[in-house]
Amino acid sequence: MVESSSSIEPRICIIEDMIIQCEGAWTIPNLAALDHALQTIKWPDMSELMCDTMKISAMDTGGAVLLHRTLMTLRKEGRRVSVQGLRAEFGELLQMVSCNRSRIDEVDVSEPGYLSQLEQWGRQKSQQAVRALDFVGEATVHVSGALRRPSLIRWRAVFHSLDRDGYHALPITGLLAFLMGVVIAYQGAEQLRQFGANIFVVDLVGISLFREISPLIVAILIAGRSGSAYAAQIGTMKVTEELDAVRTLGLSPMQLLVLPRVFALVIAVPLLTVYADILGVIGGALVASSQLNVSGVEFVGRFEESVALRHFFLGMGKAPCFAVIIAMVGCYQGFQIRGNVDDVGKRTTIGVVQSIFLVIVFDAVCSIVFSWWKI
Amino acid sequence: MPSETLYTSNPVIEVSHVCTRFGSTVVHEDVNLTIMPGEIFAIAGGNGSGKSTLLREIIGLHEQTEGTIRLFGQDVSGLGEQDAQNVYRRLGVMFQQGGLFSSLTLAENVAVPLKEHTDVSSELIRDIVAMKIATVDLPMDSAGKFPNELSGGMRRRASLARAIVMDPELLFLDEPTAGLDPIIAAGFDDLVLQLKAVLGLTVVMVTHDLDSLWRIADRVAVLGNGTILGVGTMRELAESRDPIIHEYFHGPRGRAAQSQYGVS
Repeated sequence: MVESSSSIEPRICIIEDMIIQCEGAWTIPNLAALDHALQTIKWPDMSELMCDTMKISAMDTGGAVLLHRTLMTLRKEGRRVSVQGLRAEFGELLQMVSCNRSRIDEVDVSEPGYLSQLEQWGRQKSQQAVRALDFVGEATVHVSGALRRPSLIRWRAVFHSLDRDGYHALPITGLLAFLMGVVIAYQGAEQLRQFGANIFVVDLVGISLFREISPLIVAILIAGRSGSAYAAQIGTMKVTEELDAVRTLGLSPMQLLVLPRVFALVIAVPLLTVYADILGVIGGALVASSQLNVSGVEFVGRFEESVALRHFFLGMGKAPCFAVIIAMVGCYQGFQIRGNVDDVGKRTTIGVVQSIFLVIVFDAVCSIVFSWWKI
Repeated sequence: MPSETLYTSNPVIEVSHVCTRFGSTVVHEDVNLTIMPGEIFAIAGGNGSGKSTLLREIIGLHEQTEGTIRLFGQDVSGLGEQDAQNVYRRLGVMFQQGGLFSSLTLAENVAVPLKEHTDVSSELIRDIVAMKIATVDLPMDSAGKFPNELSGGMRRRASLARAIVMDPELLFLDEPTAGLDPIIAAGFDDLVLQLKAVLGLTVVMVTHDLDSLWRIADRVAVLGNGTILGVGTMRELAESRDPIIHEYFHGPRGRAAQSQYGVS
């Protein structure tokens, strides 16, 4: 469309004080130049102008919009402008522009003000809170129902989830817990050696791992591994209308999707925590024997007398709570996805961040409460 | 249709001896097509006959196993980065699901080509974008909405608005009317005709829609059994003796559409 007679430079200028001369290709590549020329043009003080468009060699919608806008501005200033010499096909284009233009002008496209943005934000957050509460409530009802009638639990799904989220997490959890044991013992070694208190590495490793590190490491890993997967799985099911199908087939998504995942994690996370405890202590014991001359026998002996069983149980007590938080947040975020794929990624990320955040907040609260109770 | 001018100019698209295989599945076997400037060319065929794959190959989104495809006389598969960009600026594609960027509003989506490829002032961009949104008959208050807030039909219109924002010479439509209600589908046909008349577009569309085929297509190619079973106007195809084409156009729906558009 552009090729013909591109020899004439696109331009707009005033000749003879009353003729607006338009020339060349009024097409999108040339729009910036034409627009710039229009900014600097000085319109003559005449009430009647003639727009000569004979030499316009090509025109697309962009050019038509610009020409139309120019004509409208002039007419608004009370001048009469007649267009002459416009080719028929360009005339049609201009006609289409002016036709649609009237529709555009009716609409106000101004940005919302800060106050209304704040209001919208507040509304959104409160709606989210209500939805989250709603979800927790519904899940609680289903869980208590399932506990009263265990036949309602989908054991197949539970075991599937146990396999995928528990058994398959063993290698990575074990490795990380082992390394945490090594790191803690190493960090402590230097300080303890200064005081000749080498043997206390046992207390350091045992208590910190049992009470805090193991449950937290497991929870964070599972949040990243399984919590995100839950959000993505359920979200994808929502996008592909599987969730709707589940509902219309008279099944409950809660029972089918959420409960098995919650139960599986409640079983898997404590077991993984025990496993992490063991491997972490082994890591600590290895460093103790190599760096601090605390032999394995000494380590175990000291362990028995100094690391009270309650530390183990405190850690183990937190593990299922973490599991519930992770599973619920993951599933909840999955259900919040609103039928588009972009949302899946966003909600998955939010799910992981939220569950890790809530796990750590819960852990902090526990620490405070335990210290009040002096346990 | 001014056929003399049509056939004296160079073809916009030339597909020659194209074969496509996915593993052991043969999708196309020796497909040949020539599409001339200014025509509305439709690619029809049953589900799974490789229509969309052929479209993707013409646009250069998927590489054929054998054969060559020329767009504006240039071999699509051998294009360098710069040449490919130049070709892409001359065409627009409307995707079936819209292909809209979900992080941008409708208006921002339509503005993307203008913002990226020209230095037009943002004020003028807004005017052009509003213009295009009005052209495809979308309500103005949807301009600030995000794609996930739009219905399927609106998303497709938005995709069309984005495809034509640069006034391309060549417009590809992937199943433009699938899943639209008959009124909106007919409106879409009108829209394509209007765009062709005003902007002088060449339109290549993949469609199942027999009404659309009768109403707006200048020529139609029917794909089947991995090859082109027939090319021609709807009238010519309706008289074809090929069993698949016959089945396609003379099934109960085909007859209804045919009688409506006045062919004996």
